[in-house]
Amino acid sequence: MTDLSHIRNFSIVAHIDHGKSTLADRLIQLTGTVAERDMKAQLLDSMDIERERGITIKANSVRIEYPAKDGQTYILNLIDTPGHVDFGYEVSRSMRAVEGSLLVVDATQGVEAQTLANVYQAIDADHEIVPVLNKIDLPAAEPERVKAQIEDVIGIDASHAIPISAKTGLGIPDVLEAIVTQLPPPKGDRDAPLKAMLVDSWYDSYLGVVVLIRVMDGVIRKGERIKMMKTGAVYGIDKLAVLKPQMVDIAELGPGEIGIFTGSIKQVRDTRVGDTITHEKRGCAVALPGFKPSIPVVFCGLFPVDANEFEDLRDAIEKLALNDASFTYEMETSAALGFGFRCGFLGLLHLEVVRDRLEREYDIDLITTAPSVVYQIYMRDGTLRELHNPADMPDLTLVDHIEEPRIKATILVPDEYLGDVLKLCQDRRGIQEDLTYAGSRAMVVYDLPLNEVVFDFYDRLKSVTKGYASFDYHLTGYRQDNLVKMQVLVNDEPVDALSMMVHRDRAESRGRQMVEKLKELIPRHMFKIPIQAAIGGKVIARETLSALRKDVTAKCYGGDATRKRKLLDKQKAGKKKMRQFGKVEIPQEAFINALKMDS
Amino acid sequence: MGENLPEGGFGLYLHWPFCQAKCPYCDFNSHVAANIDQARWLRAYEAEIDRIAAETGPRLLRSIFFGGGTPSLMAPETVAAILDRVRLRWPMANDIEITLEANPTSVEAGKFRAFQAAGVNRLSMGVQALNDMDLRALGRMHSAEEAVQAFDIAREIFDRVSFDLIYARQGQSAADWRRELQQALEMAVDHLSLYQLTIEPETVFGRRHAAGKLPNLPDEDAAIDMWEVTQEICDAAGLRSYEVSNHARQGAESQHNLIYWRCGDYAGIGPGAHGRLTSSAGRAATEALRAPGAWLEAVETQGSGEVPRETLSRDDQLSEFLLMGLRLREGVSLDRLTRLGGARLNRPISELEAEGWLSQTEGRLAVTVTGRPVLEAILRRLLTD
Ligand SMILES: Nc1nc2c(ncn2[C@@H]2O[C@H](COP(=O)(O)OP(=O)(O)O)[C@@H](O)[C@H]2O)c(=O)[nH]1
Ligand SMILES: C[S@@+](CC[C@H](N)C(=O)[O-])C[C@H]1O[C@@H](n2cnc3c(N)ncnc32)[C@H](O)[C@@H]1O
Ligand code: SF4
Ligand SMILES: [Mg+2]
Repeated sequence: MTDLSHIRNFSIVAHIDHGKSTLADRLIQLTGTVAERDMKAQLLDSMDIERERGITIKANSVRIEYPAKDGQTYILNLIDTPGHVDFGYEVSRSMRAVEGSLLVVDATQGVEAQTLANVYQAIDADHEIVPVLNKIDLPAAEPERVKAQIEDVIGIDASHAIPISAKTGLGIPDVLEAIVTQLPPPKGDRDAPLKAMLVDSWYDSYLGVVVLIRVMDGVIRKGERIKMMKTGAVYGIDKLAVLKPQMVDIAELGPGEIGIFTGSIKQVRDTRVGDTITHEKRGCAVALPGFKPSIPVVFCGLFPVDANEFEDLRDAIEKLALNDASFTYEMETSAALGFGFRCGFLGLLHLEVVRDRLEREYDIDLITTAPSVVYQIYMRDGTLRELHNPADMPDLTLVDHIEEPRIKATILVPDEYLGDVLKLCQDRRGIQEDLTYAGSRAMVVYDLPLNEVVFDFYDRLKSVTKGYASFDYHLTGYRQDNLVKMQVLVNDEPVDALSMMVHRDRAESRGRQMVEKLKELIPRHMFKIPIQAAIGGKVIARETLSALRKDVTAKCYGGDATRKRKLLDKQKAGKKKMRQFGKVEIPQEAFINALKMDS
Repeated sequence: MGENLPEGGFGLYLHWPFCQAKCPYCDFNSHVAANIDQARWLRAYEAEIDRIAAETGPRLLRSIFFGGGTPSLMAPETVAAILDRVRLRWPMANDIEITLEANPTSVEAGKFRAFQAAGVNRLSMGVQALNDMDLRALGRMHSAEEAVQAFDIAREIFDRVSFDLIYARQGQSAADWRRELQQALEMAVDHLSLYQLTIEPETVFGRRHAAGKLPNLPDEDAAIDMWEVTQEICDAAGLRSYEVSNHARQGAESQHNLIYWRCGDYAGIGPGAHGRLTSSAGRAATEALRAPGAWLEAVETQGSGEVPRETLSRDDQLSEFLLMGLRLREGVSLDRLTRLGGARLNRPISELEAEGWLSQTEGRLAVTVTGRPVLEAILRRLLTD
């Protein structure tokens, strides 16, 4: 048990690549938390995908013991939060478990869109904030300019900002000292009934479900029986530990402390992030205010390339979902693609991460259908339906109107690219809300339909700004618009897996893009194949794939019989990767590529 | 043993794997070698003939084919000695066809009479093109005039002569091809092989093509025009196609190649040669080592140049029966099709018939005139379902 005055809990907020993970590594290293020989870069990013992509997906925590200049040893608990917008909900809930934040800004880059998004979450959580200017080892670093920018744009005092290099270790002792002197200690009552916040939970193949908690009041001990106030479920504490960042068993956790427990919980889904944990007997009376659960905003179909792998896919998805409560799935059948799952994600990056993990960790080749947002369909009979899949669009005569999700997007971009960014947003049906300057960077705020962002917005933004723009968004609500379902017909048969919701004004151009792409992707057949995009019964774009005219081997003698037979056998096997559509065979790559979200 | 084991007859293919130069479009098992010890090669062929003959027993031989490579580079004595050995091992049909592939250079033309004396009665000559510019582009060692002269010599010496042309060459138009083919028909006797240029991946052309450096190849529309020109002109000249790329007057068809397309049996001897041998144990696909040196050594030290055989299942046989047989205008016998388990193809067959790609008459199934240029697509529908 540690006295409250000797505890500091904090998180680090930063735009991606500004050095959050590197700084965490340095803090861990400098305090000897991890032996030098176990040190590896990005200690807290434990998933392969996190390490590879250099992003943090799950919140993670580490307990550091720091002997301060005042001669006292302090316990510093760092909760590392994801930087990406898709995982913003993880950020907000982790923030509630700590009292302060280090705001890391790359001194060569300055404030970026995610800097803003994340720092506002910290401010909302009433954090004390210590600005840190990273990468001052680089010649391009402009600490003074960036300080001014922090004050201008974010509106917090940056006069005491700490210049550091997380890479070389310069300034790291100052950061540790500032954590102790500038951040407040946690509050809490050791004698009150147990009240702990469920910060996160994950599945560990060895230990089962692991629950990360922050104790607010009271003390939790190994062997005790606890209750989850929201679900009402009761568990015995089998293991209680702190993360350094590997688990180190501990007898008890008191107010202000952060640690994990396990207790024969079967699924991550049995836990509710933000739930309050108390003792089964003599529990606390009032629960902590809960978080709103994260809801999926982007949906797409995932189908196995090889129809025989459906059961493997089901297994893989179930296992993955055990550890990712924000990911939803339900079975889907498509005439074109067979059996698969309609899956919901927090955003496109989340979608990609899940798809990558399924393909990589479970070795399943997947067909991903066009990502779609959730539409609200107001029916004539007064009922409201949520549309996750354009294929399920009800008959239009029964529909009163359709609403689509809108976002507020913040884009920071160097002056010279501003024009292109404005044009891009305008083309995507955006409504400008704000345009301000922070030094030579412009900050634009746009109200945009989410569905225009899920297609290839990131990519276009990156390319028109040569990678210099930063982007962040959050959902703002729903608004009615002129939305229609665009169908694709191949040889006059609708291909459900290719249908999508589009704005009426954008339908022609998307339809044209789609049929042109498909014309290249579908191999020619013995007959000509019309490829059409249509709204209702009305064709809005059309291409014709001409019939195969010549396909005959010129020479075929004794030695060629074997080769030809084997080729046909191979094509027969390859046919598993084709989807029969009426008389037309569509190779599965065609689905992937026609719908490619060029993100 | 009757010659009806199986239907289609029995022939012998001998592969001579050497050429004077490697043509840039060619993916045959052909190599350029400095000095070839023909006596040593002869011993190896003889040993292989003995080995296969011991296996097949005295089956009636309908045809012998010296293919390559460039068999006209063989010494006539080598050819004569091989044929002597064959005569020793198998009974020959009275009207046996003995073909030799020849390149039309003057050196080779000088040997034609000796080949004839050795027993060769049919010559198949690789003329490829009738203008020098295209011959150079195809990497050929002879001029058009040389080829015409060589062919004239061949006509005088052999009862039966044929030549090959390659069309759909770089820069060639349908009109160019029409003129060239008309000229070719003035030379032709009763048989012609007309191949559309195929870009084979493992060749110089293949690599150039992949690198985008083989410009002006006719596109599909131009190629189909040339195909149509070919049919039209040859039909009018009485040299109808009896197979996809082979045209002949009735009765002048290559008996040897018909054995392949009718799925008969054939012994394959020489580097990379394939064979099909039916016995009470089933139908085997044989294949010899491809590399000339390795084959020679294997024959000498192991007593066989073959790689392990594959026994063809009934499905394999059905596939080969169709993919070879449907190349022929005559198509395949429905009777034999049924015996190979063709009933399971009834559905695709009737679909393809209804769509006009296949037709049945007098107990045979054949590809229609419209189907012929898209034979591979028809086979895919038949055999990959
Ligand atoms: N030169 C320099 N590079 C740094 C510094 N801190 C981090 N980096 C590099 O910046 C990149 C992003 O760092 P990372 O810690 O992964 O950023 P995160 O996305 O905020 O976690 C990595 O290539 C780091 O090596 C620094 O102080 N100086
Ligand atoms: C075994 S080859 C060659 C015989 C002989 N060595 C010659 O070149 O004249 C038989 C025939 O196949 C044809 N051929 C070879 N490669 C070809 C290709 N890539 N495309 C079309 N025809 C080809 C040529 O017409 C050639 O005459
Ligand atoms: S085409 Fe004939 S001469 Fe040319 S390499 Fe091939 S086999 Fe030899
Ligand atoms: Mg990181």
